[in-house]
Amino acid sequence: MSAVGWQVERATRTSRIAGLAAAVLVIALAAAPWWAGRSDLRLLGELFTYLALASLWNLLAGFTGLVSVGQQAFVGFGGYMLFALAMFAGVPPLLTVPLAGLLGALVAIPVGALVFRLTGAYFAIGTWVVAEVFRLVFAQVSSLGGGSGASLPVAIVRAVASGRTVREWTVYWIALGLALAVLALVYWLLSTRRGLALTAIRDSEEASESLGIDIWRTKFTVYVATAGATAMIGALIFLQKLRISPDAAFSVNDWTAYVIFITVIGGIGTIEGPVIGTIVYFVVRETMADLGSVYLMILGLVAILVMLKAPRGLWGFVAERYGIELFPVRRRLRITCDR
Amino acid sequence: MEWANTFVQGVLIGGLYALFAAGLSLIFGVMRLVNIAHGDLIVLAAFVALVTVQGTGVSPLASMLLVVPLLAALGYGLQRGLFNFTLGKDILPPLLVSFGLSIIIQNGLLEMFTADSRKLNAGAIEVSSFNIGGSIDIGVMPLLMFVSAVAVIGALQYVFYRTALGRAFRTTSDDAEVARMMGLDNRHVFAVAMALSLAVVAVAGVFLAIRTSFDPSSGPARLIFGFEAVVIGGLGNLWGTLAGGVILGVSQAIGARIDPGWQLLAGHVVFLIVLAVRPKGLFPRIEH
Amino acid sequence: MAEPILAVTGLDAFYGDFQALFGISLELNDGEVVAIIGANGAGKSTFLRAVAGLLPARRNSVRFRGEAIGGLGADAVVRRGIALVPEGRRLFPSLSVEENLTIGGQLRRPGPWSLDRVYALFPVLRERRHLPAPSLSGGQQQMVAIGRALMSNPDLILFDEISLGLAPVVIRDIYDALPRAIAEGTGAIIVEQDIGRALSVADRVVCLQEGRVSLQGRPAALTRAAISAAYFGV
Repeated sequence: MSAVGWQVERATRTSRIAGLAAAVLVIALAAAPWWAGRSDLRLLGELFTYLALASLWNLLAGFTGLVSVGQQAFVGFGGYMLFALAMFAGVPPLLTVPLAGLLGALVAIPVGALVFRLTGAYFAIGTWVVAEVFRLVFAQVSSLGGGSGASLPVAIVRAVASGRTVREWTVYWIALGLALAVLALVYWLLSTRRGLALTAIRDSEEASESLGIDIWRTKFTVYVATAGATAMIGALIFLQKLRISPDAAFSVNDWTAYVIFITVIGGIGTIEGPVIGTIVYFVVRETMADLGSVYLMILGLVAILVMLKAPRGLWGFVAERYGIELFPVRRRLRITCDR
Repeated sequence: MEWANTFVQGVLIGGLYALFAAGLSLIFGVMRLVNIAHGDLIVLAAFVALVTVQGTGVSPLASMLLVVPLLAALGYGLQRGLFNFTLGKDILPPLLVSFGLSIIIQNGLLEMFTADSRKLNAGAIEVSSFNIGGSIDIGVMPLLMFVSAVAVIGALQYVFYRTALGRAFRTTSDDAEVARMMGLDNRHVFAVAMALSLAVVAVAGVFLAIRTSFDPSSGPARLIFGFEAVVIGGLGNLWGTLAGGVILGVSQAIGARIDPGWQLLAGHVVFLIVLAVRPKGLFPRIEH
Repeated sequence: MAEPILAVTGLDAFYGDFQALFGISLELNDGEVVAIIGANGAGKSTFLRAVAGLLPARRNSVRFRGEAIGGLGADAVVRRGIALVPEGRRLFPSLSVEENLTIGGQLRRPGPWSLDRVYALFPVLRERRHLPAPSLSGGQQQMVAIGRALMSNPDLILFDEISLGLAPVVIRDIYDALPRAIAEGTGAIIVEQDIGRALSVADRVVCLQEGRVSLQGRPAALTRAAISAAYFGV
């Protein structure tokens, strides 16, 4: 009689192939400064920051059920921390990025304590109010440029790297690194027990509570961590732009609308969704003529249609149809048979 | 005495904020839907009023005769054609769809009207005021707005609690499935509620257009004022929303008095304080 | 022999992927009272919900007065004269007692039932007419739920576990009023956990077991042993 055993495994053939392809892609992207032109490099950098922002928003809304339309609060906060730390505390500009993240997480603690008093759609608007408060407060700080904003002093810009080219390459690599780190963080979070807890909470709060999962704690932790990461990306964004103003730092359109549409169209609640969504967004943006607000309207319309007809987005549709998973999070039981 | 005047002005503008909030509160009460495009619909109403006044030459206040039914019809169509398909257990669809709608309206208005600031001129009534003692001047327009807010909220309360339509609202909001067993068509009931909400939005929009300059991006701020009024006043209580609006208005007026740049911030701070110490608002209705 | 007012043929019902009813067939004649008994999860409430239009069903599997009404939706079904007294009462908490009754008469179907007549049937409700529905006792709420269904002047009333959670003396009061409620040739299907009660008021008894009809007949003709076997499936 042959022995029957079982094995819990995660990776599938598809995900293994995808993993290999991804590794090759990452190496190619890391080498981009040598094969891509200056404006292409900027574009890729922008793509990486949007990918990171979308993945983080997805973690918050798609996986934890916290729909925030106020993440721009932390993007702007991170940007302003870059300026404040570099200009007033003499912190090396590159170091301000992780510091901004830390400060962003710290600020998110009292903010979170407040907005967590609201639920659902009211929570969403509450996060928007907080972002507005941040915008108004920073507009009052004249040493950071007040309402019209400030440019990063030349001395600080020079302190980033020895020359403009090296500086741009450095910023590019940081952007790539951050995007990969965010993806890794999201993947890690979701594949551990805590991640299962998140999915359980999203699917049924009552049931998961009865299993002893501390919902409030888990959600709060995710909120604070996401805020910190978002602030880091904010610092990077404005390190790239070299100029900040309250309206640009806390823009709903730039840091929330596009991010939400990207995630919805790509596929909420899946790790692959934001990746697909970001790529699609940039491909369309670069191939279409510069339509500005019309592009935003079209995106909004597509997002609405996706939400109504195919709520799991582009990736969700593909994954369900073909049963594939590039980031293997689900565990599979494989029955093995010894012969 | 100056402070008394400031206080009075704050109370009066609170009426406008309550108008912003009333439609939001109504919809949430009937179908637990928060329409993120609410503020943008107020601005849309203001632009419709603008076009009406420019096209027909009627006075801004009279334009309400056209704007209100138009927006009400839009509300009915929006609910039946869009929002009805988002209602359900998941909070994501209604939120994201109304957010998408908000962006579409803002940018659509931007394309049609450019980012220029507009304002409706209501003529003499805008600047006339009367003195009620000391240095307290009450503007006719602000008083009219406040009185309209009270009238609208009173009318909504009446509809809600004393009419068959209100009974249908409460029934459907309590238990949509059993409401259907009574022969009520939920799709229609929700759509009528949205029509009513947008009728109020239309009134608010016309007043907004008269009172202050507006542009396509003015929507989110109105949504936030309305939302803050609802939260300060207490969920589920329309008169509480009026109180919330007044408190918000007074906070902003006091803030503006201290420093013009502090006007909005003062209102937000008061909102956050109320959120911190009384998360359910000052006059919440007890849920069953 | 008159045509049955309700003809259920091969009714299947699903909750998502889970099948709760397997080809149920049942007939009800005008003015007849049928009791449906069965263990928890046997499908009794599911059956009522399917007939009432709350669950999807094949159009022809439920015929009322000759018309195929399967899966039509609760508002269409109540319009045609079938009213459900739902499990757990499910009154509208924001409404007063009288408002709950009034909304039952929303459709203004012609018939003998009116607010006065309901208050005559359940006098204790008249005193409490303006109180909010949740403030009433369980038994009184059940009366309101029954009254609400009567207000639509139905030809067929479906009672879903009306004795659930009520004290025996209260259950007795409600069942005492039942004959007057279903007078005038109204048909009734009564789902009951209390077998004794069910047998005492019904013209016919149907027993469901795991989504299938396991026994049917007149109460007098069924032995206790037969009912036990059909109920538990042993």
